Amino acid sequence: MTTTTAPPPAATREAYGPALVKLAEAGYDIVALDADLSASTGGNKLAGSFPDRWFTVGAAEANMISIAAGLASTGKTVYAASFAVFMPGHCFDQIRVHIAQQRMNVKLIASHGGISVGEDGASAQAIEDLALMTSLPGMNVVVPCDAVEADAMICRAAEDNEPWYIRLGRPKLPVVYTEGAPFELGKAHQLRDGDDITLIACGLMVEPTLRAADVLAAEGVSARVLNMATIKPLDEAAVIQAAADTGAVVCAEEHNVIGGLGSAVARTLALHRPTPMEQVGIDDTFGQSGPWQALLDEYGLTAESVVDAANRAIARK
Amino acid sequence: MTTTHASAVDIDVLIEVCKRIRRHIVEMTHSAQSGHPGGSLSATEIFAALYFGGVVRHDPSNPQWERRDRVILSKGHATPVVYATLAEAGYFDAELIPSFRSLGTELQGHVVRNKPAGVEMSGGALGMGLSFAVGVALGHDLDDLPEDEGQIFVVVGDGELNEGQNWEAIMSASHFGLHRITAILDRNHFQNDGPGDEIMRIDPVGDKWAAFGWGVQYVDGHDVAAVRNALLTARARSDAPQVVICETVKGRGVSFMAENPAGWHGKGPSDDQLAQALDEIEAGLT
Repeated sequence: MTTTTAPPPAATREAYGPALVKLAEAGYDIVALDADLSASTGGNKLAGSFPDRWFTVGAAEANMISIAAGLASTGKTVYAASFAVFMPGHCFDQIRVHIAQQRMNVKLIASHGGISVGEDGASAQAIEDLALMTSLPGMNVVVPCDAVEADAMICRAAEDNEPWYIRLGRPKLPVVYTEGAPFELGKAHQLRDGDDITLIACGLMVEPTLRAADVLAAEGVSARVLNMATIKPLDEAAVIQAAADTGAVVCAEEHNVIGGLGSAVARTLALHRPTPMEQVGIDDTFGQSGPWQALLDEYGLTAESVVDAANRAIARK
Repeated sequence: MTTTHASAVDIDVLIEVCKRIRRHIVEMTHSAQSGHPGGSLSATEIFAALYFGGVVRHDPSNPQWERRDRVILSKGHATPVVYATLAEAGYFDAELIPSFRSLGTELQGHVVRNKPAGVEMSGGALGMGLSFAVGVALGHDLDDLPEDEGQIFVVVGDGELNEGQNWEAIMSASHFGLHRITAILDRNHFQNDGPGDEIMRIDPVGDKWAAFGWGVQYVDGHDVAAVRNALLTARARSDAPQVVICETVKGRGVSFMAENPAGWHGKGPSDDQLAQALDEIEAGLT
């Protein structure tokens, strides 16, 4: 008889470096760029075994993005990594014109997304990056809920020639997908079925949302849980089906409630199947310094908040 | 047909090519009643020298030729000079030129990659071309393209050098030891709001470039033979990235544009002005 132990918590950003090495070893024609944050993004891991395939451009994100586009124009699959506050923060115009408009084969690896960056404070906490990136035509925007799903996304991105924005995080998170992530671009993954409400989450809110579903179950509320790892293109069919089947929806994300997953789902529901909906997210305010878990509590990014939102949504049915 | 570089070129032919390019520039900005004639006229000899002076290895019948040289317009509003040159070079039918800036045309107001074939990079947001060139050069080096192939020429505006990204790129080109890149500065001294020296001084611009580790040449940007020689010299250098600073006049070749360069940054001539401009271009007045 074998015993299984849960894999140790891991940050989604920890998937990046090993995934790059794996892709290079598999013969993908990749080049990876960093902008003076390579130890934090993990991009520098590629330099160990494939030193000619990795460049750091210094603290110059705008330059990095246009360099990435130029490299892609020579046929390379390019990964460009920085923190989510600097990319897109420092280089939205370069992403817009050189990556999105030119439809370049560039995968943007935005580490340290969200408020869970922690002690570095408001300037370092990206709460608006998904709004910026989903506004760009043709941009694939994804947020993994754990390191297993992050690895699946980073590797999947190498299979096409499209631009991607992959938002990773700093803190170590419990592993949701202990037996491998069934990531599919543009598809929700149903983690749990239910009849009374659908909880739609992405990123580090997936695990607390599963706990919220447990709490709701104990209260006699049957909740469907969808991991909506792809913010764009959104799996509208799954959203509409969830609304039809359960009649109420909650979205939970580590982002401003304006412009992220909740906004995308609300738009879909409003256009196709108006349904009571509540949001859990950062309520249009900037963050502050603090331990990441304390910040999640302070800004209401918790299982308890999801439970409360679910009860509000159900009451509106 | 593949154009090979450094072949003998008749300078009188180049001067005639410049006239044809200038005619296209004023005609297309007249048709569109918009566009950027001033900064296109100032760059006319640069583009004539590149494409008709045997500087650029390219093949209009195979625009995606992997070993081609690339010409990148970083000052992405100067589309008239690019479309005029590409049409003359055989990339597309010159009959398309009057469609410039109209709905559905390939001839977009600011450059869009591969529209038409031969346009290497989308632009219009200033300051991105040199960084793109750094990426192309890194890719070519990874692919072990011979030094003489895959050269990259980036046409940059002087007002554009206000944008900080240029200096990030200039720094990185020498840091990475990229020798395929030649920047060509269209030093016409005027930007959208007025004289560059008043808006934001960039001098001593050549010294700045040299301080960043580039080779620097200065040339009269309207002496097409001199421009050609400088570009061929830059092309042959393999010790550092190169810049050719072309001293130019915004609106060159059309008196009322050259005399009021800030007024002709971004608009098209009237019917009467077009007639006068065509006469002056034909006469070769400066």
